[in-house]
Amino acid sequence: MIEGIIGKKLGMTQIVKDDGEVVPVTILKAGPCVIVQKKSVDNDGYEAIQLGLVEDKAIRKMTKPMKGHFEKRGIKQPVKVLREFHYKNEKEIEEGKEITVDIFNDAKKVNIVGISKGKGFQGVMKRHGFSGQGKSHGSKIHRATGSIGQATYPGKVMRGKAMPGHMGNERVMVKNLKIEKIMKEENLILVRGAVPGPKGGTILIKNSEFKRG
Amino acid sequence: MSIVEKIENEYLRKDVPEFNIGDTVRVSVKVKEGEKERTQIYEGVVIGRKGSGTRETFTVRRVSYGIGVERIFPLHSKVVENIKVIRRGIVRRSKLYYLRKLSGKKARIKEKR
Repeated sequence: MIEGIIGKKLGMTQIVKDDGEVVPVTILKAGPCVIVQKKSVDNDGYEAIQLGLVEDKAIRKMTKPMKGHFEKRGIKQPVKVLREFHYKNEKEIEEGKEITVDIFNDAKKVNIVGISKGKGFQGVMKRHGFSGQGKSHGSKIHRATGSIGQATYPGKVMRGKAMPGHMGNERVMVKNLKIEKIMKEENLILVRGAVPGPKGGTILIKNSEFKRG
Repeated sequence: MSIVEKIENEYLRKDVPEFNIGDTVRVSVKVKEGEKERTQIYEGVVIGRKGSGTRETFTVRRVSYGIGVERIFPLHSKVVENIKVIRRGIVRRSKLYYLRKLSGKKARIKEKR
């Protein structure tokens, strides 16, 4: 069993089910991926496979170390996006083998990892959901942080206190999204609900039921 | 055609009749009551269509026992069994929200002939 696959977010839409229910879905391109490297306990200290996302466009420029990395393993079409995944009880792990959406045939739910859209420097209301202050009745502050602690004792601001700062553009995992449909020929998965990141953003699609060890 | 449009195309209903804002329609709606399923008829004036693709909805207004009722139906959902156009109307706006304030003779819509 392979933990997951690399993909891309293509966009959102709604689909209509047979009972008339309208379901919001995100369309994800899932693979195809190629196994670039097999990592082993002897060699690397842990077991994993390195997957590469096969894209239509070939990459033109590569650093020499990258070139060697692909050539050594006989990968004809070099790939740009490389990510590592765990695997378990899988016999047919060979470098150069292709992995497709088929690995989700028995899966019902997936976890999606993506880089969320950057929101810039944001205040405490948007970033942490604070309530802010009164909008009227003579209130002169509206969206301020407010008090950030007590007095002489403890005499410091508590560690981890929610404050304004940079929001978004971080790795986010959304768990247990239901698979609505798998389109094998087009390498697409339709997943119920939203997925972090912009359209065209690279995401990792992982089987929710996968457990290591 | 983009992949999003392609997927939406699969879920579009092909049997939706052509109807416009201002038309009077008879909509057959599937209603679930516990285990049983039956069809309910809802008749009124289409006062708006919204969205595109699988997201498209239409609003039907009728005055029932002196109270204005508006229902919004998803155009491509199977909850809507069929739509029948009873009367075609001539209107000059895409949303007939002004009907909400009118009643009686003023709330009439000219028929297209």
